[in-house]
Amino acid sequence: MLLQDIVVVDFSQFLSGPSAGLRLADFGAKVIKIERPVTGDICRSLYVSDVKLEGESTIFQAINRNKKSFVADLKTRDGLEKVKKIIAGADVLIHNFRPGVMDGLGLSYENVREINPGIVYAEISGYGNAGPWRSKPGQDLLLQAVSGLSLLSGDRNDPPTPMGVSVVDIYAGTHLVQGILAGLYQKNRTMKGVIVQVSLLESILDFQFEVITCYYNDGHQLPERSEISNANAFVAAPYGIYKTLDGYLALAMSSIPLLGELLKCNSLIVYKDSTEWFSKRDEIKLILSDHIKTQPTDHWLNILEPADIWASEVLDYQGLTHHTGYKILEMEQEVITGNGMKMKTTSCPVRVDGERLTSSIGAPSLGEHNSDIEKQLGLT
Amino acid sequence: MNIKGPLQGLLVLEFSQYLSGPSAGLRLADLGARVIKIERPNGGDACRQLAIKNLWVDDSSLLFHTINRNKESFAADLKNKEDLELVKGLIKKADVMTNNFRPGVMKKFGLDYESVRKLNQKMIYAEVTGYGSKGPWKDKPGQDLLAQSLAGLTFTTGNGNSHPVPFGLAIADMICGAHLVQGILAALIRCQKTGKGAHVEVSLIGSLVDFQFEFLTTYFASRSLPHRSQVSNGHSLLSAPYGIYKTANGYLALAMMPVHKLRSALECELLGQYSEGEVFSKRDEIKKIITEFLIEHTTEYWLGKLIKMDLWAMPVMSWDDLTKHEAYRVISMEQTVVTGDGKQLITTRCPIRFNERILTSATGAPKIGDHNKSILEEFKNNNIA
Repeated sequence: MLLQDIVVVDFSQFLSGPSAGLRLADFGAKVIKIERPVTGDICRSLYVSDVKLEGESTIFQAINRNKKSFVADLKTRDGLEKVKKIIAGADVLIHNFRPGVMDGLGLSYENVREINPGIVYAEISGYGNAGPWRSKPGQDLLLQAVSGLSLLSGDRNDPPTPMGVSVVDIYAGTHLVQGILAGLYQKNRTMKGVIVQVSLLESILDFQFEVITCYYNDGHQLPERSEISNANAFVAAPYGIYKTLDGYLALAMSSIPLLGELLKCNSLIVYKDSTEWFSKRDEIKLILSDHIKTQPTDHWLNILEPADIWASEVLDYQGLTHHTGYKILEMEQEVITGNGMKMKTTSCPVRVDGERLTSSIGAPSLGEHNSDIEKQLGLT
Repeated sequence: MNIKGPLQGLLVLEFSQYLSGPSAGLRLADLGARVIKIERPNGGDACRQLAIKNLWVDDSSLLFHTINRNKESFAADLKNKEDLELVKGLIKKADVMTNNFRPGVMKKFGLDYESVRKLNQKMIYAEVTGYGSKGPWKDKPGQDLLAQSLAGLTFTTGNGNSHPVPFGLAIADMICGAHLVQGILAALIRCQKTGKGAHVEVSLIGSLVDFQFEFLTTYFASRSLPHRSQVSNGHSLLSAPYGIYKTANGYLALAMMPVHKLRSALECELLGQYSEGEVFSKRDEIKKIITEFLIEHTTEYWLGKLIKMDLWAMPVMSWDDLTKHEAYRVISMEQTVVTGDGKQLITTRCPIRFNERILTSATGAPKIGDHNKSILEEFKNNNIA
């Protein structure tokens, strides 16, 4: 395993921090969730989907596979002392509390450094530790709202359209992992610990770096989503998804006259000036849209794929998971949760030395590992 | 002033083009690594010719300049024996190399993992493909929108009765590039301990499967497709009020919150008829009531009431609104980079802070082969030239 012998103490809840812990666990680190008594990680109960496993949300099970759970009340002296012992032997600490909470518990970076000078102390906040929003809730949809992100998806006449996956949390989580690993790499060379900080706001601006750089340099022109089949407000026609007779067709960047020839759509052939593919994208996309809906998806793919035009069908989860192209990825794995229940989930997307990184260990039940960990540390 | 990051001293060769691989190279450069793009003398990284919004800086697009700041360029024709030998010399010195060619291309140059390993045992050899190296999709173009379309992602966004709605940004490339960086760094840590190199592989589709892990795990358990809500869909697994709503003068985002608290904050008595057990099953009904209620007053009016009760709400803001806000100013997210020709561009910086400091670099993107001379000079004594 890549991160063999690395111990991570993870105080984080919900998704941003825990998704970082998950990746470290995937890579072979031992990840110990520190959870409060009774409720634990709020994610165990807060998410309300209609599908539950063992009374806990499938979301919690997905995010926390392959981790250990240690319950401690950090407001009691006994709980805090035990957790400090765990921290003393750890390589990494993660938290995503609002600014000031860890200080209040006596677990600020300064405090922790005294117990463990080499630690990589990693924190995710919503908006950083300064400024008027520092105490605001760092929640995915809210960050999508304030960062301009919700004005990039959907068509021009649609309301702001949030991305339907918790992209801010997950993307910031990947940055935290990058920072932690870079910190560990540096520590192995210098023996020095480090504090690594990520905020949802900075991460979601990084996510928009291609398009916000246009805004910074073109006189602050706001994005305008295309009226038809918008897939990126900054990209020329034909970029988008089009309805066919029996489904949908995705078309990426392509020469418009060439597309006109191949699809036998003569009205596209006149668009020879490639700058018009952006400036007249709505008019071009309307022509395409009317043309593509006349034939089934396969008809178009049989023309476009041999010509190496970037096109594909559009699948839902059923179409995806039944496709051989998906099955050979071997992305699914079965895990057994702390309560002994078998369930299927996804696995680490990074393959190392030709192998998938898998583990059959599911999410822990609350406090499942207290006695083991206490024994190992001589706390009992 | 350049502040070198935690990866100082690391040498990365980037055989990648467009966004997925180069975004990984960018992050490694941000963190202090030296990243050399290996480019075709004729044309270079194909992203140089891909402009968005018709924006160009010089011979290369603004898009290319954004993705490739703080890197060097070494022009080499890998089909030319002499050039290939020079590149192999660099490979012997490098710690990491990335490529995102379609499967088989690196092998044609004799630069597949097995061959590279013979040159450099410790190499972290990192590859991005669209769909893995085997199977029916292996030769499909590894392009972001196509990966989104195949991965089921386009059915997560937009309302229940709308068409598939793609993410308006290159999520597959970005998330996959981020995973590549994770794999590279974890492999470097193993190499520090064991001296072993590694072959790290990611794919756009695999990364999007991981990205949707909450949805897919739920789908595996229920075998029913997720339903986007009909009204203000924000996340198909979440209950009312999660979503964005129109107000009298703009839009307002409401995250998770108990509906009875929302009712008292807004003084919306119609919400009183719903129990917490119904907030998922009746979410469209509930969201419709909220929609009709919020349109009556301004965003600021509602925010005042919601914040008083510590409920999770924020206004929808454009980049104009955001970049003028103090909360944006304090994070110092912008930096100015200077190209070889002295042109200045404003772009974002690395989102990760180390020891409470931001990492910046004023170095812009290179021209093709900008650094051939200096690199050859530098490595002359190391049997490269």
